[in-house]
Order: sequence, then structure tokens, then C-alpha cells
Amino acid sequence: MSQPKVPVWVNLALIPFINIMLAFLVSALVILAIGENPIEAAGYLVYGAFGYEEGIGYTLYYATNLIFTGLAVSIAFKAGIFNIGGEGQAYIGGLGVGLVCLAVDQTMPFYVIVPLAIIGGAAFGAAWAYIPAYLSARRGSHVVITTIMFNFIASSLMVYLMVNWLKQEGRMSPNSRTFEESAWLPYMHEMLAAIGINIEQSPLNASFLWALICCVLIWGLVWHTRWGYQLRTVGTNATAAVYAGIDNGKVTIWVMLISGALAGFVGLNEIMGVHHSLLLNFTAGFGFAGIAVSLMGRNHPVGIILAAILFGALYQGGSELAFEIPSITPEIVVVIQGLVILFSGALEHMCKDRVEAFFTRTSAA
Amino acid sequence: MFETLILILDATLRVSTPLILAALAGLFAERSGIVDIGLEGKILGAAFAAAAAAAVFGSAWIGLLFAIIASVALALIHGFACITHRGDHIVSGVAINTIVAGLTVTLGLDWFSQGGQTPALTGDARFTSITFPFADALADVPVIGLIYSELLSGHNILVYLAFAIVPFAVWIIYKTRFGLRLRAVGENPHAVDTAGISVAFIRYRAMIICGILCGLAGAYLSTAHNAGFLKDMSAGKGYIALAALIFGKWRPVPVMFACLLFGFLDAVAVRMQGVQVPGIGEVPVQAIEVLPYVLTVLLLAGFIGKAVAPKAVGRPYVKERG
Repeated sequence: MSQPKVPVWVNLALIPFINIMLAFLVSALVILAIGENPIEAAGYLVYGAFGYEEGIGYTLYYATNLIFTGLAVSIAFKAGIFNIGGEGQAYIGGLGVGLVCLAVDQTMPFYVIVPLAIIGGAAFGAAWAYIPAYLSARRGSHVVITTIMFNFIASSLMVYLMVNWLKQEGRMSPNSRTFEESAWLPYMHEMLAAIGINIEQSPLNASFLWALICCVLIWGLVWHTRWGYQLRTVGTNATAAVYAGIDNGKVTIWVMLISGALAGFVGLNEIMGVHHSLLLNFTAGFGFAGIAVSLMGRNHPVGIILAAILFGALYQGGSELAFEIPSITPEIVVVIQGLVILFSGALEHMCKDRVEAFFTRTSAA
Repeated sequence: MFETLILILDATLRVSTPLILAALAGLFAERSGIVDIGLEGKILGAAFAAAAAAAVFGSAWIGLLFAIIASVALALIHGFACITHRGDHIVSGVAINTIVAGLTVTLGLDWFSQGGQTPALTGDARFTSITFPFADALADVPVIGLIYSELLSGHNILVYLAFAIVPFAVWIIYKTRFGLRLRAVGENPHAVDTAGISVAFIRYRAMIICGILCGLAGAYLSTAHNAGFLKDMSAGKGYIALAALIFGKWRPVPVMFACLLFGFLDAVAVRMQGVQVPGIGEVPVQAIEVLPYVLTVLLLAGFIGKAVAPKAVGRPYVKERG
């Protein structure tokens, strides 16, 4: 029996669109329930995210984190692994970035620090993903449970390190010293000003460009290399992969290393780009948000960029919304995010099967 | 020294109670083949519902009722996604945790205008401690007096309930027809289906039990252990319960002991803050805090014993059609 074909655009555009609309619909009901007008709220949200230059800057700044964590989750998904540990890997990756900056910012120039920090973030993030990956591949642990546990271990480790070792002398708050300016990533408004374009100030910085580069690299790696083919084979049919002579365990470990490294790059944006010092809780749930981004973006770099901008807009628009309508908290964005995960992840078959059935029926007729 | 030990054990009971309830909730879910990462969200949602209802109606019992309703509703959403629509159990659990984390604060701010918290609960709106008969009179008797009056007496009803549920859960799972079917569905749903029993119905019932138990755990947090709801007050308890479930190898009594162990570590961690241990120096609190997670990782990796999950756990069951 040959499978009747469903038009490509249905899978790539229509189904994600229906899912996000369902999520928005339920969110609108929540806003109605607390006695506000959802259309007015949506207006503030869109204006806050895209209505002025600073807002766009913030949207893309949030999107930068989401591209990194979204790519991290999706490359693991491609190999059939659920890496729920993006939060911890981003945290430890940020530690790596911060340690590099603290170690060399007083002696090295900017163009040496940046590659070192990228390596530092990637190495620490990957190392944090390596242990669950190894335990999963070689000792049969469940990678989801292990990565969840590693999120908590990362969190405790960071508190310990910040409070006992990295805290600046004589300060109450557990922050490291501020890096020298040679270890600051340039802001987008500074870079554009240098070539004669003036935009408003925002936290958007050079790490956004690195996020885009990562998307291209991952696209090439997953879809245009022999190793990427192995990865996708393992993800589609692990048993077939074994018969094709692929070492599943090895693929698992390498995918998780890359996934952890990508998550670790959140540190570039937050630590090197914005805070310019090591601090606690800078990951702020972006690791988990990466799951929603990856589901929404259908595990493809282009989709992930679009989904990251969408969620970045929700984060930024949500702050604007909370400012304009004080009875709404920015947490409403978390609700929307959860609903997106529910509809496009857990309930994916609910719409997909019906829509596909509709199209196969009409094309057969 | 003896008094310190009693105080630590007393704190252990208090901290372990929500873990035991949540871990048993997870046990019913996982024994039926449903992975429930959403324990955390259900506890948080129930804690919010309990505190909100208790604040409005002034009764902890009405709070408990609403906690159970909220938690069962979340459990049924999880069931709807995983059982009816063959969705990924982990993704669904993450979705529920995320939705609840946002929704509790959103609704809390709108209803009570206290930045997402509920008003502080007093009087009948809280479960208060129950003093056993003669507890005060016996307090001065050496050893036994302290154990009776400090350790056993003086907890709220949910603490006693949690420990009473453990043997009840053993009875349901190992001695009843439902329990047999529940275990069978988690191991080999095809066999159960062949016997003419609905896999979906058993799993839905398991999710309802899971919801009720998480409801109790949440109500305990906000109306018994604390006096009101705070943002993110579940603070990872759902995940620790999940760890305890694995540590107890999906069996009620060992799971209870795992919860007591993790609760004990928590109670010790609080006591050890700033204390100098001879020969070691000050043990960082974080080192004790992470022990439950580290132990679970080691167990899962087979370094200390072996944890084998129910065979069909996490896999959607698709009924074969002729």
C-alpha cells in the first residue's frame, strides 16, 4: 500500500500554524478569564515586540538564547534523544565562558578572548552533556531522567562555586567581578554605528550573528554530511541503524556533545554580551523554552530561527503587556509557551492526523 | 545529641510527606505505563488551588478538595495526550509543568493582587498539628517521651495520611484485581487487551489516582507545611519524587524509604549549615542537596544495584484492529 501524499506545505506551514493558533486561543481564554481584552493584549504584545527599534532589539536578544537552546534540543531530537538538560548545560556552558573571560580578560586582546570563550562555553556545555550521554549509551541509563538530575546538580554546583569561590570580595550578592571591556561582546548598535547605521540601544549583541552561523553549521552537518545521515538514521530507526553498521552509542554521545555545546553558547549572549560578569540564574528557563522552540520549528534550523523570533517576541511583548495592563504578569508568556509544547508536541497527532486525513481524502477524490 | 536526632527525624517526616505522596502518584502512573514528568506541575497546581480555595472559603478541607480537582484535571490532560492521542509522555509532562508554572502566577496576581502569592492563611484555612493524647504529660519521660511527643505527635493530618496510604497502595497494587491489571498494563498491554480489558480505561484510572495523590501533596505544601502559596513553591519536589520512585524501584514500601532518605538528607542539610565537621571542615550545603540526584544517576547507571522500569513505560499503546 503506498502512502497517499499530503502536500508539503501542509506539514511545514499549516499544521504548525493550527497548533500555534490553538495555543493562542487558549491563552486568549485565560486573558478573558482574568477580565482583560485579549485583542487589546495582543496589540500591546505585538507593539512591544516589533513596534520600535529597542523592542525589536530585545526580541532578537531573547531569540539569540532561544536559537541556541532550540538547536540544542532539535539536534538531539533528530537522533531520537530527548535532551531535557539544556538548562543545566547552558548554565555550565556560561560558567565556561565566564571562567575564560575572568582568566584572560586582563592580558589578552578581544580577538583572542572571543574564540577562547566560544571554546570554553562549548567545552563546558558539552562536558555537562557528556556524562548523561555516556551513561545512556554505555550503561543504559534513561537520558531524560539523567539530564533532569543534571539540571539540579548544575544549579547546586553553580551556587556553591559562586558563593564560595567566584563571588567578588566584600559584596553581598554572589556576582563575580565585572570583566574588562576587552571581554565584552560588541552590542549591535555599536557595530552598526561603526558602519554608519544608527539604531537605538538594546542588549542585542554579536552573539546573535554567532547563533545564525550555528544554524548554518548545524544545517550543513545534519543534512549534508555522512555523519548527519547516520544521526538521522539512528533517530528514524535505531534498529535499522545497527544493521547498517552504525554505532548508535557513538552517535548518541557525539550528538549530546554538540547539543550541550550549543546550549552552552547561551553564556556568550548572557555573560559576555550583557551581564559582563558571572552570576546566578542567568539561564532563566531558556533551556526549557528551547523544547518549545524546537517543536515549533519542526527541528529544522530555518524553523528554529522563526520559532525563536516568535518566542523572543512573546518574551519582549510580554514585558510590554505587563507594563500596560498591570493585572497581567509576564508569566502569561510561560503559559503560552507551555500551550505550544502541549499542542505542537504532546497533542501533535490530534490535529495532524485529521488534517492529513482531510488532504488525502480530497486528493484521492 | 539524642534530642537533635529526634528533631532531625521530626523534620524528616515533615519534608518527606509531599515526596511520599508524589512518589506514590508517580508509582501508579508508571506502573500503568505512563511516564509522569508532570508530577512537579500537578503539585504546584494543587498547591495553588488549595491555597486559593482555602483563602476564599476559609477552610483547609475545601482547599484540599479544589487541590484534588485541579490536580486530577491536569492528570487527565496528560492522559488525554498520552493515552488517547499517543503523544510523547515526556513532552506532555514538560508542557503541563510549563503551563502550571505560568498559570498559577497569572491567576494568583489577578485574584489576590499580591504579586502571584495567595494571602497568608490562618486558623481553619490551614491544617494544624494534631497533638496525641498525653503527649505533653509524657514529654518528660526519658527517650520514649521525646519520641512520642516530639517525633510521633504534633504533625498535621496529611502527614499521617501519607504514611497510611503506603500500606493501602501496597494492598491495591498487589492484592486487588485492579492492581494486577494495572501492573499487567505497564508490563504487557497486549496481553491485557487480549484478555478483553481496556488498556486505556485502566491507564486513565491510574492517572486519576495519580492526580488525587499529587493533589494531597500540593495541598500539604500550601495549607499545612506553609501558610499560603508562593511562586514556584514546589521547587523541584516533583522531580525528587521521581528520583525516589526510581530509587525505590517502583515498589511502594521501598519508595517510601527512598522518600524518607531524601527527606532526611534535606533535614540534615538545613542543620549542617555552617557546622564544622571534625576532620572535614564545613560541608557545603549544596553537596548534601545534590545527593538525591547523584544517587539516582548512579543507580540508573547500574553502579549501585539496578533499576528496571515497568517494561511498557512511555510507550503508547495502539490497539490492533482486524
